Amino acid sequence: MEDRRRSLWDTMRERGYSRRDFVRFCSYMAAACGIHSSGLPSIVRALEKKPRPPLVWFHFQECTCCSESFIRSSHPVVADIVLDTISLDYTQTLQAAAGFQAEEALHKTMEQYRGEYLMAVEGSVPTADGGIYCTVAGRTALDIVKEAASGAKAIVAWGSCATTGCVQAASPNPTGATPVHKIVTGKPIIRVPGCPPIAEVMAGVVVHVLTFDRIPQLDGLGRPKAFYSKRVHDSCYRRPFYDAGLFVESFDDEDAKKGHCLYKMGCRGPVTYNSCGIVRWNNGVSYPIQSGHPCIGCSEEGFWDKGPFYQHLAGFPGFGIETNADRIGLAAAAATAAGIAVHAVSTNIRKRRLISSEIEGAVREQDVKPGSQGKEER
Amino acid sequence: MATRVVVDPVTRIEGHLRIEAEISGGRIVDAWSSGTMVRGLEKILHGRDPRDAWAFCERACGVCTTVHALASVRAVENALGIAVPPNAEMVRNIMFCAQYVQDHVIHFYHLHALDWVDVVSALRADPREAARIAQSISPWPKNSESYMRTVQSRVQKLVDSGQLGIFANAYWGHPAYKLPPEVNLIGVAHYLDALEWQKEVIKIHTIFGGKNPHPNYLVGGAACAVNTDEANALNAERLAMVGTLIDRAQEFVEQVYLPDLLAVASFYPEWFAIGGGLSNYLAYGDLPTNGYGDPPRFKFPRGIVLDRNLSEVHEVQGEDPEQIREFVAHSWYKYGVGDQAGLHPWKGETEFQYTGPRPPYEQLDVQGKYSWLKTPRWRDKAMEVGPLARLLVGYAAGNEEIREVVGEALGRLKAPPTALFSTLGRTAARGLETRLAARWMKEFYGTLLANIKNGDSRMANTERWQPATWPNEARGVGLTEAPRGALAHWIVIRGGKIENYQLVVPSTWNASPRDPQGQRSAYEASLVDTPVADPKQPLEILRTVHSFDPCIACAVHLYDPEGQHLSRVQVL
Repeated sequence: MEDRRRSLWDTMRERGYSRRDFVRFCSYMAAACGIHSSGLPSIVRALEKKPRPPLVWFHFQECTCCSESFIRSSHPVVADIVLDTISLDYTQTLQAAAGFQAEEALHKTMEQYRGEYLMAVEGSVPTADGGIYCTVAGRTALDIVKEAASGAKAIVAWGSCATTGCVQAASPNPTGATPVHKIVTGKPIIRVPGCPPIAEVMAGVVVHVLTFDRIPQLDGLGRPKAFYSKRVHDSCYRRPFYDAGLFVESFDDEDAKKGHCLYKMGCRGPVTYNSCGIVRWNNGVSYPIQSGHPCIGCSEEGFWDKGPFYQHLAGFPGFGIETNADRIGLAAAAATAAGIAVHAVSTNIRKRRLISSEIEGAVREQDVKPGSQGKEER
Repeated sequence: MATRVVVDPVTRIEGHLRIEAEISGGRIVDAWSSGTMVRGLEKILHGRDPRDAWAFCERACGVCTTVHALASVRAVENALGIAVPPNAEMVRNIMFCAQYVQDHVIHFYHLHALDWVDVVSALRADPREAARIAQSISPWPKNSESYMRTVQSRVQKLVDSGQLGIFANAYWGHPAYKLPPEVNLIGVAHYLDALEWQKEVIKIHTIFGGKNPHPNYLVGGAACAVNTDEANALNAERLAMVGTLIDRAQEFVEQVYLPDLLAVASFYPEWFAIGGGLSNYLAYGDLPTNGYGDPPRFKFPRGIVLDRNLSEVHEVQGEDPEQIREFVAHSWYKYGVGDQAGLHPWKGETEFQYTGPRPPYEQLDVQGKYSWLKTPRWRDKAMEVGPLARLLVGYAAGNEEIREVVGEALGRLKAPPTALFSTLGRTAARGLETRLAARWMKEFYGTLLANIKNGDSRMANTERWQPATWPNEARGVGLTEAPRGALAHWIVIRGGKIENYQLVVPSTWNASPRDPQGQRSAYEASLVDTPVADPKQPLEILRTVHSFDPCIACAVHLYDPEGQHLSRVQVL
């Protein structure tokens, strides 16, 4: 027990302060914060045992875009998270230590805080051929993820790699790239998809866990509802043009210059759950559609195999805004399992009539792109 | 008796890199570099729509995000004979420069600085003296005494908490750290500033490409339409934001990055003589001012320098089957024609052949195959690529702007031009080209505004957008310069689909294993002869390896020969 996380009380005790000094310090703190003296015991308790929660962050089959996105966060800024809020004890991107010393730091945290540390995973885990397609310190990613998960309090799966396998799991998935939830069971897993996820969404997930001391509410696919319960289409500022039937027909045409709807250019906004239209990117500067490019659906499972990207959805899933992500997610999963496209999910007759002419114009070459089948089942 | 040192994982990089080195008499006598992760992107690209390829390729790397997208759209445009409008060229150039500035600053402060800056020593600094030093080398307004004091107490708080987090268990106090405490404190202060700043400059990508990391690209131009009379397009407000961000970027580079770089370098003169490695340098060049088809008017010249001879530049040709070839003698692949052969990317073959030790393992069999990286060669010669190669090729080509910034920096460091052939030379070259990139970004921005002012609002050439307009078969090469060096994509299009797609990336040149002749690639060559004070704390290895800015996820991939899907070899 003496090896638990060090609190302010531990630190003060080491420096020769008495318990009395500590409590006095707490009462000053309470007064400074305008807290009534009846609140003092809770302050004492908090400072006694509120060290920064340790986080270990793994990199497997990935491109580091998730880490890069994370450091772009503007609220809070990442320095505040890393220096003041959590203790980032292992990360191949930012960690000062390397090699043996990095691994030692990791194992120290895993032993000392067993059952308490948070684990973040960036990247998929290759499972083909015994996992030889990704090793760290001579061990397979498969081995590492199982070991680390066993002592973790909860797991955050960052980005599409860790949540669905992303690009390396696209057909024919040469290395057997597998998302975390298919390897680890019996642990809470927060899935934060996107390639990458929005910086403020990533920070938001961390802040939620730390501020409210609990995992955010998740939908049926394990995604935080706060950020993944709305389709991009339903929160898109260009939505009125869709409703009015004003579409970009070709990049850089007159409609593009007027910022009309990109649905005909292949926009996946109608089938993509993400906060791009609400939070937007890089502190709200823009998002793909605002900058003239259709959404490619990067937070949806198997989006790489639902292309080509510039071919518009052959049938528009006209489900209404009231349909929640759980139901669509389940329907989509069932549809994929049955080997048919997601767009078969269609309930909204009102919308159907509006777009029926567009459907006819859609190219339906299924052979241009290998389908999503076979991707997850390897 | 030599000591074997293994550094795995090499941290503060992108990707999975393992270094094994043999140390004898306090020096590295031999070294091996291994990429330990593979994904198989090229196999995945087969059969896809060529217009989609940029998005797949961009995911090769999220640190140097955009560079693979650029190489990819260029390869497709090259194959289909598409010339992009001048505005799109400028947008791509501005995004290119923004990437350089942001990525190089992150590399210096967050990936490389801790090899030179001792964070713990900063606690002993006198904040007043630190402020005085900082003010003497830069007009940066934040360099005040109270600011230095605030940073110091923040570090103190972290240390007092007993949870050092990202700074835990590093080589603090190592004898190879030479900076005075005050300079260490400046380094830590600017580490935090740079972390906050980098998220701003990159908003340039968000405006043009909708997001970062992984902004959107478009075959034929750029997707962000120009309309100065529309809220929903690139208008005066959007462009003004780009302009402001460029100014801030330049300010940070001139007032923080470069002064810090020169200050830190001045305390480590011995590192201008360590880590030189290879003597051949390759750059494809980039930043067109008159279209991609006119390399002589690129800002970064194209060419090759051999044997460090800066009076001659050799020509490099991506299409020539005799020039660029890849080898697998020490890579976990096998060739149908035998593993000693070298194949041009057009004829590349891939078959996984993992022959390494079964994990968990302690040591690789470096006599055999030992990496997921292939080994590229130019006319059978090992080449270094990256900032140093770009500056040396530019210098040798007589480029005035490059000669000016290189000359000025060498003058201030009182170092001869030969000092560039070193670990610190590489690190300095990165800073110097950042200075140029920031300057050029402003120039391209001016050109973009002038074009729009003159009534040219075109942003995409869509004449060949529809596959019906394409020939049945077409081949293209897209060359660019990623922050880490020369990058090329090769594409074969047949019947409107990708028949073959290949990437030869910077870290493959630099981090690859030996070729069949036993020649080392850049990392391995640079490590040989590096002094190591304490084999248990090989800080010096990190210095040299980090000077290349490793980016391994890009470097590891596989080829899909002419559409054939060769079966994977089962190990065990």
